[in-house]
Amino acid sequence: MACDGLCPSGPLGGNTLVSKLPDPIRLGLDRGWSVQNGATLKADLALEADIVIVGTGAGGGTAAEILSAAGLKVIMIEEGPLKSSSDFRMQERDAYPQLYQESAGRQTKDKAITILQGRSVGGSTTVNWTSSFRTPEATLQHWQDQWGLRDYSQGALAPWFARMEERLSISPWSVAPNENNDILRRGCEALKIPAAAIQRNVKGCWNLGYCGIGCPTNAKQSMLVTTVPASLDLGARLLHRVRVEKLLFSHDKAVALEAVALDEAGIHPTGIKVTVRARHFVMAGGAINTPALLLRSKAPNPHGTLGKRTFLHPVNVSAALMDSKVQGYNGAPQTIFSDHFLDTLPLDGPIGYKLEAPPVHPILAGITLQGFGEAHSTWMRRLPHLQVVLALLRDGFHPESIGGTVTLRQDGSALLDYPISDYVWDGMRRAFFTMAEIQFAAGAKVVTPMHEKGKPMRSWSEAKQHIADLAMKPLECRVVSAHVMGGCGMGSDEKRSVVRGDGRYHQLENVWVFDGSAFPTSIGANPQLSIYGMVARNATRLAEALVSQRKPLVG
Amino acid sequence: MKISRRRFLQVGVTGAVVLGAAAWLNHEPDTPAQGMRALNAAEAGLIRALAPVILAGMLPNETAQRQVALNEVVEAFDRGLAGMPLSIQAEVKQLLGLLTFSPSRALVAGVWKSWPEASEADIRAFLLKWQASRFVLLRAGYQALKQLMQACWFGNPLAWPAMGYALPARSGEIL
Repeated sequence: MACDGLCPSGPLGGNTLVSKLPDPIRLGLDRGWSVQNGATLKADLALEADIVIVGTGAGGGTAAEILSAAGLKVIMIEEGPLKSSSDFRMQERDAYPQLYQESAGRQTKDKAITILQGRSVGGSTTVNWTSSFRTPEATLQHWQDQWGLRDYSQGALAPWFARMEERLSISPWSVAPNENNDILRRGCEALKIPAAAIQRNVKGCWNLGYCGIGCPTNAKQSMLVTTVPASLDLGARLLHRVRVEKLLFSHDKAVALEAVALDEAGIHPTGIKVTVRARHFVMAGGAINTPALLLRSKAPNPHGTLGKRTFLHPVNVSAALMDSKVQGYNGAPQTIFSDHFLDTLPLDGPIGYKLEAPPVHPILAGITLQGFGEAHSTWMRRLPHLQVVLALLRDGFHPESIGGTVTLRQDGSALLDYPISDYVWDGMRRAFFTMAEIQFAAGAKVVTPMHEKGKPMRSWSEAKQHIADLAMKPLECRVVSAHVMGGCGMGSDEKRSVVRGDGRYHQLENVWVFDGSAFPTSIGANPQLSIYGMVARNATRLAEALVSQRKPLVG
Repeated sequence: MKISRRRFLQVGVTGAVVLGAAAWLNHEPDTPAQGMRALNAAEAGLIRALAPVILAGMLPNETAQRQVALNEVVEAFDRGLAGMPLSIQAEVKQLLGLLTFSPSRALVAGVWKSWPEASEADIRAFLLKWQASRFVLLRAGYQALKQLMQACWFGNPLAWPAMGYALPARSGEIL
């Protein structure tokens, strides 16, 4: 397939290498799946379905399989391309433009936060790091108490989590953590901070460490290799490289959606239009994109809640140099975590954070490390000795953590405005202290907070002084996010929320939000399993309702 | 909080005026340079001039290898830019336009010579100034240049020996 972005067209680079392993997507296409690439469409399309699903990530994929299995006619529409293991060449420079929103450079309005979000068939599950957590008890309790979501108890959701854990082979990872994660574990152990192993959605994992740029062995049980192929085998149809522009409404119902085909690079519309009429419309483009689509469509928004309360789990990062090799690019990327700084803080107190370790690949590490020239290359030249810890902040539970607002650019594309409040900055400073202390406790020789003014610190006492003195400012302190949540928050009170607990849009009879944008707060853990569990239940209820009162297609 | 908000708004307005004036006054033709998709000749010259400073310590020293590396950085920057959503391309082009239009280059970047003629010390001073600027817009400009440039080189297998990185041994069983 064409190389979309940073990879060269010449003989250099990895793009001449093709995976030798069997590719379940190419095999499915050969079996005759109904799949169309918008870039190759020659004429406008007008389609009908029981259900049209916008997006093929954690929410869209899960919903597609359940609704298809109920015998409903399903069409999936994906803005990104269909890329599969044959295309996954373990090269960051191929993967970021092909598989991520805005070439992995999506940013908030003031550019202070860089957001990693997927954009291909499988959505973010194609590029996530496989961390799988059930929604934490404290989060669900808060949703019940503050958002009137009575059937969001841990007991009520448990069977749905269990079902999706089985479906996606989510299980404890019994292989030893890589050194990058083990340093986090050892540092926590030395300081008597509880840490534990992360469950992963993998089957026959090679422990390579390239989950974030497309699993080349199909071990990761992403939507790309599980629910999307299963839906296609059940007769669902998939359009990719097709961008949904808007929904059309009549009274309190959606009647059709309008979409445009995109060129092979996924940038310019080709001029070909796609229209889908359906009984029900499932929004699963992910947070930011789902509220943006509803805003573009001028969906009813009587209380101004649409696009508000978008959360990011803002992340700050601490780097360390170790004497021995770490090779944080090798091995399963994220296998150890600590919730100590979530569990020991009340939800409505100072912001808490989860500690994890990220993969340390050249581009990701290079652009995240502060500075340029010699100051930067002294770190970069020792990449194999670099150890990295991140803190993921639990936003959305406190009056001073209201998240961001999705708006539209002039061209209709989505833009998230997320001002970082002093409440969040306070958490980042505390997290810098924690991460440095853990890294020194694990034997780090030098630690630096990833901040343009972050200096190399040679001891914990030096770190205490330096971190206390750092100004916490946008575009000085590095802030990233890999989890976008909210913007179409669930709640029982339509004045404060966008959708009901079952995912239905409050003011629209047949529009459903089945993705992370329905969360009323952040999760406080990597969100994929929270999306799977919630959507499995809501899609099953929708399927049951539709099958029991089967009506002819909307005409 | 109130003060920083107000200051941000002021910077936003000032920044917008400078960007707008530069775009209004700059009548240089914006056609891609030979072999390029998005960068015009002046912009390609800017990227080539910035690369040895931003990537100091990471580029090969041997002359021929260094030329290959610099060419590939500029090509990757061009490809990367052309692969971004149109709204982002427009923003980056606005930044590059500001830096390649002589009056705004002198005014905002403090660089008086054209980029190919500017000394590495001048370029370094410009980057340090923007890195620590009290204006959010200039810090954002610095971050854009730094991160795009670093992505363009560190993703290139030619850059990997200097950082001791290699694909895992078992990649040979896959690719």
